[in-house]
This record gives sequence, structure tokens and C-alpha cells, in this order.
Amino acid sequence: MHRRIAHVVTLATLILAVAVAPVAAQQDKPRSGGELVFVVPSQPPSYDAHQEETFGVIHPMAPHYGTLLRVDPFEKTGTKPVGDLAESWTISKDGLTYTFKLRKGVKFHDGAELTSKDAKASYDKIIFPPAGLKSSRKATYASVEAVEAPDPSTVRFRLKWPESSFLLNLASPWNWIYRAETLAKDIRWYEKNVNGTGPFTFVEHVKGSHWVGKKNANYWDKGKPYLDGYRALFISASAPQVAAIRGERAFIQFRGFSPPERDQLVNALGPKITVQQSGWDCVLMVAMHHDKKPFSDKRVRRALTLALDRYEGSKNLSRITIVRDVGGVQVPGTPYATPPAELEKLAGYGKDINAARAEAKKLLKEAGVPDGFAFTFKNRGIPHPYEPIGVWLIDQWRQIGLNVKQEFVEASAYHPMLKRGDFEVAMDFACGFIVEPDLDLFRFVSTSDANYGKHKDAVIDELYVKQARAADPEERKKILRQFEKRLLDEEAHIMYTLWWNRIIPHNSRVKGWTITPSHYLNNQLDTVWLSE
Amino acid sequence: MAMNPTVEHAAEIERPAPRSGVRSAIVDFCRRRTLGALGAAVIVLMLTVATFAEFLAPYDPVANNFGAMLSAPSRGHWLGTDSFGRDVLSRLIYGSRTALMVGFGASVLGATLGAILGVGGAYFAGKIDLVLQRIMDIFLSFPLIILALALVAILGNTIPNLIIAIMIPMIPRCALVIRSSALSIREMPYVDAARAAGFSHARIIMRHMLPNVMAPYLIMLTAFLGQAILLEASLSFLGLGVQEPLAAWGLMLRGAAVEFAETAPWLAIFPGLAISLAVFAFNLFGDSLRDALDPRLRTQ
Repeated sequence: MHRRIAHVVTLATLILAVAVAPVAAQQDKPRSGGELVFVVPSQPPSYDAHQEETFGVIHPMAPHYGTLLRVDPFEKTGTKPVGDLAESWTISKDGLTYTFKLRKGVKFHDGAELTSKDAKASYDKIIFPPAGLKSSRKATYASVEAVEAPDPSTVRFRLKWPESSFLLNLASPWNWIYRAETLAKDIRWYEKNVNGTGPFTFVEHVKGSHWVGKKNANYWDKGKPYLDGYRALFISASAPQVAAIRGERAFIQFRGFSPPERDQLVNALGPKITVQQSGWDCVLMVAMHHDKKPFSDKRVRRALTLALDRYEGSKNLSRITIVRDVGGVQVPGTPYATPPAELEKLAGYGKDINAARAEAKKLLKEAGVPDGFAFTFKNRGIPHPYEPIGVWLIDQWRQIGLNVKQEFVEASAYHPMLKRGDFEVAMDFACGFIVEPDLDLFRFVSTSDANYGKHKDAVIDELYVKQARAADPEERKKILRQFEKRLLDEEAHIMYTLWWNRIIPHNSRVKGWTITPSHYLNNQLDTVWLSE
Repeated sequence: MAMNPTVEHAAEIERPAPRSGVRSAIVDFCRRRTLGALGAAVIVLMLTVATFAEFLAPYDPVANNFGAMLSAPSRGHWLGTDSFGRDVLSRLIYGSRTALMVGFGASVLGATLGAILGVGGAYFAGKIDLVLQRIMDIFLSFPLIILALALVAILGNTIPNLIIAIMIPMIPRCALVIRSSALSIREMPYVDAARAAGFSHARIIMRHMLPNVMAPYLIMLTAFLGQAILLEASLSFLGLGVQEPLAAWGLMLRGAAVEFAETAPWLAIFPGLAISLAVFAFNLFGDSLRDALDPRLRTQ
């Protein structure tokens, strides 16, 4: 009897599997058509990605452009470069010459054909900008001696020294390829206009409202994009963003939502929502101004980092905001991240918080900082994760006898405030597009524009160069650990709080999009499609 | 004979002791204006709570306690805890201090400056009055919250700046009302007499005109108090007022209160109730005070 039942069940399962298989396959097969509506929580200050630093530019505008290389849109770690406008490439044995072959038949939206002159002109603008023209990532290409275009389909980069991160750096989502002829006429043309080789052409931009793009019928990757078009809605406050997804007026927001917002959406929409989560190459740090007393004293800086119970903070703050991991100078879980055992040896990372706080109090006393010492902590006026982390930091410092007042500075005025050095202690932040020490740690070099605490440390500078030129990954790891110990422990130039946690709850109809540890990646939308 | 003085003495004892002016006014007010008295009682309660916050609050309002985060109201935390495990009741108690400090500061300064400008304009009349009134018109053309928002954005969001930002929009509103009362006082014979006697403008304004506009001044003051508390809460809710981790009612309504509205409704309910109750109390008291002080509205 039991055997008969078992046979029937097996047969029924088989029949069901045969019947359902084509449906499932059909659901996984990209479907053409539809408009992807998504929310952008920021606005583009200009249309030129070479000089901008906000995702408010990348999210609505990346679909209009192509880059030489890109990060594999289906790879979750976001660290594998693949060709975009470059079809193939070679690296010379000495690591000083990178040669790229461009795809044939790639056209700009105005109909002009892409040649190596366009790639050279774009990279010249990024690496060697004319005086008065801003290029935000120029410093990360210090190793480049020249960009050449020996023939219409070849681009060559000659380096001054070998740099292990160079190839990944060319997959930067910011390095859009512009038309050489246009740049020659007016190098600022792209600040207010759009003309790329990307999968979508520009339709309209209504400031403060929306951005619209439509399918590029001449896109080089035949069959793509799948979408007929897209519409980016600019919504800065988080409650209306959630409402837009919840009310199915938008499908997705590519930056991320907080855990309670995710839960709201999941509870409201159930299977209509798919949640993708990942570590995030973003971290909040605390900059302490080295020219302002008592923060010029490394004992005080060390005391501030010793006061933080990062493990307890991680456990609890991850329930209310977009932070999660305790880590050193690299995203936890990535190749150059600090192993937990080594991390615990750094100031403020030990598991005995009482001992750490006792040491912090002792250091403050030695430095002549009285109990109840008051200072102002400046924070960026953005809810997540800045506000909760600010409240947490103040509570942690209160426990070593410090009386800290928080002052929020409006987001657009925050960077200028940091650059002016108009603070004693302030929230610093960094978000990278690829987890790579060269790109992530350049900010700590004494001469860097992003060294807001204004430390001057020849040892840090030397260690940075040494790790960048180390060919052996194990050797590089060792140097990075020395760099980290110097930065976070011995000198306590800066303190890391918690690494972010990227949570994307999106409408389940959105397919072909994979989360990565960066909200700057995977925004070309060529692989994205909408299911029925 | 011996009995008479004793009887007379007893009669004296039974006669109610004469009330002082203030006390009798308070008793009369409570008897005739029950709602106003109720409002006053809430205000007194708020003042008491704000003054003795250190003794009344069961917990430190800024201390994080992740072990108790988002706890529902219970014996340990009567009004629950927020997303940092901070006790909502303690934050409400300390928040009353912020609300009253900003409320009283802004409304007293706003109403006083408005009264001075209103009386000054009415007394001097002519070009001075014309210029003052046009300036007031400019300020009045902006909605209260918009003007306060702009001022906070310019000045920065410290408590003294918040008081200034809320006070400035109140000045023209008070000046307008006081001026209309002062215009009729200016025509009074005693003002003419003071002028004829050669008194200085300052003396006439301070001694003879300002005391006679005290009734509208007090009414405006109480009306502004409720508005100022509401405005402070609105600015804090918008992130332009008092900053975390300080306790303020409007601040308690933003952030986690919105995000956890479905799972932890106490985060929004209690601060919301506190704001409503405070504004309601000040409005009730203000209305009753107006009825009591305005002879046209006095009812017997």
C-alpha cells in the first residue's frame, strides 16, 4: 500500500516537474518591453561623471554611457572586470603597458562611430584635466604616464610604475567615454548635455522630479537592452521612497533601504518583493582634527576609539540602520580584509570593553582632558546611517566621561565643511566602487584632499606606496596590516565605526539585476528586464 | 455683658477672611472658566515636570540601552523604549523642558518686542508708523513655518537660534494687535495730559500706554506659547530644530518613530499626545484669559 502511494507521489512529481519546467524556463528567459521606474534619493549636480561624486549622477545617467571596462554585472563581489567598449586587452610583462582593442560598430547616440580617439580624449580629461577643470578621481591615476591611440581601434596606457589595481580602476563606473570631437570644441559640454554609447538614449530631465531614457535601437550588444525605457524619480526622503515601492509606483531604489524599511516592504507586499543583501564598500569614520587641541594628542584620539564597543554596536545597530560588519581598512570578507584575530589586537577592537574604556579614561587623564570635557561632533544631515551612528558614538564617548554635542550639517554643505577643516571631530565617510586597497586607502596619504583630519605621517605615505607596488598578494597583505596598525592604533589618525550593509528590497518583477558591494555599480540597466 | 463680646468674636471668626486681589481673581477664573483652569493645571503640571525632570525621570534620557530596544510599554518602561533602548517617558519628561524653554523664550520675547513696536508705532504715528507697518507687512506675508525654517537654515539649529527663529515671525503678529489697542489709548485725555505736562516719549509709552495694553499682550503671549511649542516640534521633526541625542518632542516623532510606526507605535503616540496636550492646554488657557480680560467678552 505504502509502495503504491510512493509510486503515485513520484509519478505526480514527475508530471508536475515536466509541466512546470517550461514555465520556469520562460520566467528566467529575459523578456523585452516595459519601463523600469526607479527611485533616486539624490540629484545630479551636473551631467559630467568625471567630476561628480554622487550616485545621483550614476543612477539616472549611467544607462546612457559606456566605459572601457566594467564590472561583471552578474558577479556578486563586484571585483571581476569584463570588457564593455573594450573587446580585449593585453598587459605587458613589466606591467607598464596596457593595450585595449575597442569593439567595432559602436555608435554614439548622435550617430558618430566610437574610435580610440574618444577613449583617449575621455581619459586625458580624467587624468590630465586642463587647469580649472575638476576631475574627482585624477589622483587615483597617478601612475599613468600617457594615454595613446595608435590606431582607431586601439587604446594604450603607459604607466610610470606597475600598479596591481590599474585594471580594476579602468572598470570605474565614473569613467564614461565621451566624444573626442565634442570635447575638443567645448570641454565642458558634457556638464549640461548627454551623448554616450550606452543602452539607453536621453529623453528628458525635469529637475527635482524625474529623468527619462529610452531604448537605444543602435546599441552594440544586439538584443539588449530588454527594457523599452526607464524613468528615474528623484525622491530624497526615505518615507516617500518606501511608499513609492510599496504602492508599486516604482520597482526599485538602487542605493539601499534600512532594515525596518525592508521589513515594512516585505510585510506589505510579501512575495511581490525580492530582497537582495550584500556587504557594502562604504564605511563611516570619525575624523579628528590634528591641528585642534586636545585632538592633536594621539592619546586623546586613541581614547576615543577605545571607547567604542563595536561588536555590541554591530549586533544592535544592524537592526535599525544600514550598518553591519566590524572591520579594519578593507570590507570584511574581501581578499585584503583584516582577519578577526588580528583585528582584535587593534585599539578599540578588543572584546573586553571594560578594560578598553578603563584604558581610555587613563589616557584622557594623562592627556589632561578633564572628566565631562565637552566638544561638538559634526555629522552629515542624512538619516541613514549617519544619525543612528552619531547617537551611538555620543553614547559611547559619554561612557568615558566625555560630554558631546551633535551638530548636523546639511548634506550639500558637508564636504566643503570637511575640506575647510571647520570641525574638531566630524563624521567622515567613504564609498568605493570596487574593493581595492589602492582606491580605498589613498585618502589617508598626507597630501590627499580627503585627509580631512590633516595628519602628516611619512610612515603612512611610505606604506601606502609600498603596498600599491607589491606584486605578491601575501606581501601586500603584510604591508597593509602595518599600514592599518599605524593608522588605526599607534597614531589613531582616524577611527572606523562599522561597515555598511546594503539591502535592496525590490519588486519581484525586476530581473537581471545583481547586488554588489557598491551602489555605483550595475546601473547601465542593459541586462535588466521586467517579468510578466 | 460678658457673653456679648464672645458672640461678637465668634461672628467675626465665622465671617470669611477677605481674599487678596490675585487669589480672588484666580478663584474667580477657576470657577467661571473651568476649561481655562484645566488648561492652566496642565501648564502648571508641565512646568513642574520640566523643573524637576532630574528627579522625576526614571532613566537617563540619552543613555542607550540596546538590551531594551523597542520594548513595548511595561512596568520597567511605562511608555516603552525607542530604537536605542532609551526610555520614552524619561525623554518626554526632559522634552517638556526643551518645549517650555523654546516656547516661553520665543513667545515672551516675540510678544514683548511686538508690543513695544506696536505701541511705539501707534504713539509716534506718521512716517515711523508707516515704515514699521510696512516692515511688519513684509514679515506677515510669509507663513509662520516658512519664515522660521528660513531663519533656522540661516542661523543654525542651536536652542538660542531656534528661539530667535520662532520669535521673529511672532513679532509682527503681536505688533499688529497691540497697535490697534494702543491707537485708541493714544487718544485718551490722560495721554494728552501727560504730553502737555512735558513728559518724555519713553515715559508716556512705558508708564501710560504699555500698562493699558497688558490685556491683549497677555492674550497674545499665551496664544503664542502653544504656537511656539508646535513650531519647535515641527522644526525638530523636520531635522532643523533640536538635535539628537537631546530630548525634544518633535525630535522623538521623526526617524525611528516613522520607520517603526507599525511595529512600535508608542514611539509616535506618546510624543504626539504630549505635543497635542501642551498646545491644547495653552490654547484653552489663552482663550479663557482673553474672555476674562476683554470687557466685551466678559460674561457674568
